[in-house]
Amino acid sequence: MFDLTGKNALVTGASGGIGGDIARALYDAGATVGLSGTRVEPLQALADSLGDRAHVLPCNLSDPEAVEALPKQAVEAMGSVDILVNNAGITRDNLFMRMSDEEWQSVIDVNMTATMKLCKGVIRGMMKARWGRIVNVSSVVAAIGNPGQANYAASKAGMIGFSKALAHEVATRGITVNAVAPGFITTAMTEKLTDEQKKGLLLKVPAGRMGDPQEIAAAVLYLASPEAGYVTGSTLHVNGGMAML
Amino acid sequence: MSDVADRVKKIVVEHLGVEEDKVAENASFIDDLGADSLDTVELVMAFEEEFGIEIPDDAAETIQTFGDAVKFISEAS
Repeated sequence: MFDLTGKNALVTGASGGIGGDIARALYDAGATVGLSGTRVEPLQALADSLGDRAHVLPCNLSDPEAVEALPKQAVEAMGSVDILVNNAGITRDNLFMRMSDEEWQSVIDVNMTATMKLCKGVIRGMMKARWGRIVNVSSVVAAIGNPGQANYAASKAGMIGFSKALAHEVATRGITVNAVAPGFITTAMTEKLTDEQKKGLLLKVPAGRMGDPQEIAAAVLYLASPEAGYVTGSTLHVNGGMAML
Repeated sequence: MSDVADRVKKIVVEHLGVEEDKVAENASFIDDLGADSLDTVELVMAFEEEFGIEIPDDAAETIQTFGDAVKFISEAS
């Protein structure tokens, strides 16, 4: 099950905890992977630990020209992009009353606009191939909000609406577009929380624990697989029950 | 029939899966040949590749029939 042999996948944010595990899951299923991110060192280390079918494709998603170039670089390196995982994201948290236009715009640009542009860059090839998988990594806060994250929540909710609209347009071409919405996941970011903060967060999670990045990767792998061909426009919530949607 | 018309017709026949004799001068891609809006985008993409030209979006919107396509491409290439 979930055999991706012969498929080429582009994963953004692969230098982060979740993105790295997504890339590994796709690779282990047989895919060739393009690892994109801002920090070259962790990308190279990941590529080395994976093997020959991993390519390092550094890209700063806040640079519009770099975003435009990335799908082309991925095609040059791998031959095509059959699977696109928009996993990269940034936060610029602040209370809405204090949030600057710049804090708003930078989050919208990277999380939402870069996602849209990368989809645009790969969709032509997918249309021709009559096969494609786009998985956009959203967040539980897209559905339930979070104080201090008006920009982030808007961008992640935007990704879901965008995914649904695109899913409608390309469904007849064998292309699916879905979202995965992680809850609290153990990453470098959440490791910084104090025990007290973690305890408070976990009160909201019926499963009583943080999620593992591999549990997000498994959801992405499913949606990227041939087996998920009849699933499109959906959002797969992976959050230990903190929001049952 | 010109070389351009032959090549355009071949693309239309292949892409839309229609009989060659249905692709008449004034045949509308959508109304007569069963294309949906996404098909028309794909046809324009295929024309661009076949003829090595760029068809801007506002021009693409005016290409409604087989004749429109042949005329536009003949003038552009």
